[in-house]
Amino acid sequence: MASRRKILFINRRGPYGSVYAQEALEVALIGAAFEQEISLALIDDGVFLLRKGQDTRNLGMKQFSAAYRALGDFDVHRVYVERESLAARGMEEEDLVTIADGEGGNLVEIISSAGMSDVIHSHDILLNQ
Amino acid sequence: MKAAVLHTVNKSPFEKDSLNTCFRLARPGSEILLIEDAVYGALAGTRMENLMRDALEKYTIFVLEADIEARGIAPAALIPGVATVDYAGFVDLAVGNDCVQSWL
Repeated sequence: MASRRKILFINRRGPYGSVYAQEALEVALIGAAFEQEISLALIDDGVFLLRKGQDTRNLGMKQFSAAYRALGDFDVHRVYVERESLAARGMEEEDLVTIADGEGGNLVEIISSAGMSDVIHSHDILLNQ
Repeated sequence: MKAAVLHTVNKSPFEKDSLNTCFRLARPGSEILLIEDAVYGALAGTRMENLMRDALEKYTIFVLEADIEARGIAPAALIPGVATVDYAGFVDLAVGNDCVQSWL
């Protein structure tokens, strides 16, 4: 039986210009299904993944922030968002959707650059796209 | 538990923000390896030089030898303090840390 490892998926790109974020989300959900401790980190343009008000009906693509809500159903540990990346893009916590964690809380946690650095340096496996 | 992380960057800082993000989030004392187009960031006399010199106070910074050679960058053209490694050195850096973070 493999041990439970801490895996961090680092997302630094926005939702619709490429398939990277969608693919990363799917792999993260697979990891959670295999009972690994999965977290996501949203840095740089990655913070746009959870921006409120996304409407992709005319684009013909899956709405990303809605897809992210599945993370709450798969026992994903945390979605970390870097505050400095938000601020650089004129955004704040209330500009982001929340993800219910199944226990009345929000899976999304806004942290400073120093906090994000600690998160990156405390995982067993780092995956980028 | 704090893991030792090798940070690699492969995009030119004149094209993408990956090197800045690496410098913002890498823990002081970390080893950073510039590969592919990221080696342009280690060239002396560019608008990146001050940022690189500040970073050299906090990190050990390497460039991959094959990538500077291919781009016509002699070791003497690098910002002082930047070290070069060959492919075997790259492997040593990877196995010498607990994991690798690739800033793409």
